Amino acid sequence: MPYKIDPAVDRQYIEEMRRNPIGAHSPGLQRVLNTLRTDKSGRQVILVVLKPFEKWVLGEMPPDRRDPITIEDGPVFTSREEAEWEIFRRRWFQHTGENINLPFRD
Amino acid sequence: MLKIVGYPDRYSVAPGETISFQISVEEGETFDARIVRVLNGDCNPDGPGLSLPHVPTHIDGTYPARKQHIDAGSFMRVPTMPALAEGAFTFFATIWPTLTDRGDQTLVAQWDETKQAGFRIELVDGGKLGFVAGDGSRTVTVATARPMLVRQWYRVAVAYDPAAGKVTLTQEPLRRYPTIDDAGHQEAELGLTPSALAVPMLMAGSPEAGGTIGRHYDGKIDSPALVRGVQDLHRYGALLRSNVPFVSDPDLIARWDFAKEIRTTRTVDVGPSRHDGELVHLPSRAMKGWNWTGEQHDWTRKPEHYGAIHFHRDDIYDAGWETSVAFTLPDDFKSGGYALHVRCGESDEQATREDYLAFFVRPPRGANRGERPKVAFLAPTCSYIAYANHGEHITARGAEALMNRLLPFGHSDLYMYYHPELGGSLYDSHADGSGVCYSSRLRPVLNFTSRYHSWLGGHGSALYQYNADTHLFYWLDQKGVEYDVITDEDLHQDGYELIKDYQVILTGTHPEYHSTRAWDAMKAWVDRGGRLMYMGGNGWYWRVGFHDELDGVIELRRAEDGIRPWIAEPGEYFQSFNGEYGGLWRRIGRAPNVMAGIGFVAQGFDISSYYRRAPDADNPRASFIFKDVPDEIIGDFGLIGGGAAGIELDCINTDLGSPPNVLRLASSEGHSSMMQLVNEEFGVVPPALGGDQNDQVRADMAFCETPSGGAIFATGSIAWCGSLLPNNCDNNVSRITWNVLERFMDPKPFVPGS
Repeated sequence: MPYKIDPAVDRQYIEEMRRNPIGAHSPGLQRVLNTLRTDKSGRQVILVVLKPFEKWVLGEMPPDRRDPITIEDGPVFTSREEAEWEIFRRRWFQHTGENINLPFRD
Repeated sequence: MLKIVGYPDRYSVAPGETISFQISVEEGETFDARIVRVLNGDCNPDGPGLSLPHVPTHIDGTYPARKQHIDAGSFMRVPTMPALAEGAFTFFATIWPTLTDRGDQTLVAQWDETKQAGFRIELVDGGKLGFVAGDGSRTVTVATARPMLVRQWYRVAVAYDPAAGKVTLTQEPLRRYPTIDDAGHQEAELGLTPSALAVPMLMAGSPEAGGTIGRHYDGKIDSPALVRGVQDLHRYGALLRSNVPFVSDPDLIARWDFAKEIRTTRTVDVGPSRHDGELVHLPSRAMKGWNWTGEQHDWTRKPEHYGAIHFHRDDIYDAGWETSVAFTLPDDFKSGGYALHVRCGESDEQATREDYLAFFVRPPRGANRGERPKVAFLAPTCSYIAYANHGEHITARGAEALMNRLLPFGHSDLYMYYHPELGGSLYDSHADGSGVCYSSRLRPVLNFTSRYHSWLGGHGSALYQYNADTHLFYWLDQKGVEYDVITDEDLHQDGYELIKDYQVILTGTHPEYHSTRAWDAMKAWVDRGGRLMYMGGNGWYWRVGFHDELDGVIELRRAEDGIRPWIAEPGEYFQSFNGEYGGLWRRIGRAPNVMAGIGFVAQGFDISSYYRRAPDADNPRASFIFKDVPDEIIGDFGLIGGGAAGIELDCINTDLGSPPNVLRLASSEGHSSMMQLVNEEFGVVPPALGGDQNDQVRADMAFCETPSGGAIFATGSIAWCGSLLPNNCDNNVSRITWNVLERFMDPKPFVPGS
């Protein structure tokens, strides 16, 4: 049975993710991320580049390539790290039912 | 999305020759075109910025626009087939369907789509053997009751009898399974007489209105045959015996033996009428057939076991577009990296309306060669073609976890998603799940262009392959180095003679794929005194083959080992283009270490790290490399992942062929857990694969002297060139690279051990 996120145990990694969404992670955070990024439905969250190095939005690739990609109108991100934090928050809620009410930067 | 795309007819062109560009424009009546020099294709604001200076030529101007299409999907055409439906006939084949849920798939047709006339023998309704007849006013389809399973062999027989107005369909699985009923037999009256058309017979596709080919069949076809009259499968048995002269069979119309002329695009009818066929868009050959036993894996030794061809709806060899711009180079045109900059309007957040169609200008050929610089850059065009339209971020799930970050989709990636007819790279799988083993450059290649930022290029600039190599172009320009550009294809064609006079050859960041002829030529050059600067990682890894007759296409078999996004089927490790055993160079005793002193050991695509100086850096033999570089830490900065050691790493391994005199100048450390040991490095899976725990995971910067006064300098990392540019190319990575290049340009021989 693959690892299942336990918010009581894994909550400690939230701040590490917020500080450094892209980079070398602790084993605990890496396990959380590997779990959050596994989606058996075949859907794939993507980062749509509106303007290289300036503007991004999230999108979703469907399981079947014959179906269209959906692209969100917003939020619009000004860094890749900001987008990583947003998708982390969304997936955390999906897995735990808990909201992370923290902005990317204070 | 992209509003303008295109491709050149060649990646390498010599002065005095003509290169043509085929362009499709989706918006507007005209487009502008001009030649630019490619010095830096990286948009990253943390770097020096795009550098694509205009090179005025006579082709600068505005051109009429047109939209061009790709008609992908492989098939066989028999140009001279008489009208089969004039009399009774039976079609036989042994087939292995692979994708039965994508609509009707044609096995054989003599069909006119506009008139709805003729016949098609197909898989219909999810894999049932069917016969479609049209008389010009209406059509009728008859089929067996049960669909065939995918990836199972079947004998099929379809007999048409115009006198009785009947069709008899038989599908017979070669292997039976309890509770599975996938056999079928159906006799049916058609109620109409299909038009007898003396038009080319197609196999694995049928004509559509407008001249395209559709209803492609996905899967293998082995030993197809046509016989006059209504016959059953017993009659087929005799036809399956190889090496039988069928001329004595008075009813034989054709019997194609796909085991003959495997290296070509021709198919041979062994019957007396010689209804030979031609293959379009390169379906896979040297595929094991229904009778493969495993006793022989080399198709050249037992071709009768390789009588299958695997067709795919998304095979593509040549897009075949009309030429939009042709450029005849002046005789004195300087060697280097260039592009045709095409533009059909202003780009915005929704669409990109310009492109840079890349190409290289090689030195003049033969007697016109003239005085050449001491230095050459070997453009890894085999690797560019191998990665052409690399779409694993689209076709494979799990790429985000592997990258350890979200997958970026720029306009090119979105366009790629919606245009599978562009065809995949050697990393992708076909729609039916089988691996793409042929890749051509005669089609728009969306990642062979400046400004393309790749989903696997490391955090930061996110460049990979071609665009990553532009970092090196920029650095060479900043340093004022005079150099020629030659390509893998040039080296394959011209051999050692092409490079024998160069004193220094620099590679790209990821020179991974090489043909045998190119490997041999490069090794000879190194052994005869050449000075090799291996500027990347994971080089000389896979063996590829070129086609004897077709231009611009390579073949790869992802055989028995290595990092393989797909794995070749057992028995299909030998290349169809040339009969060579495919796969890793390491598996045939030519590990990368033999060529470059170091070899592939780890990969990870999130962030890069740095090198720490090793004791050999203080060896007097290496003193020139570290002139003015007293630093302990090297390359803790860079545009590719933030460090010089990243993406894919190589290290010294004398067991694999690293020379015993090699110096380990520095090694990388501090890698994340996502930089992981590659699988050919272990037989038993170790508990810790990541660079945070496994000390095998490292890049070794290496140097050694070679026979005949030459030398090798190897960086061991794809990310190295991304660290050349920071601080206006004034940093320790740049300094080390320059120290090496300066010494390598000095003709004074290296003397081992001095």
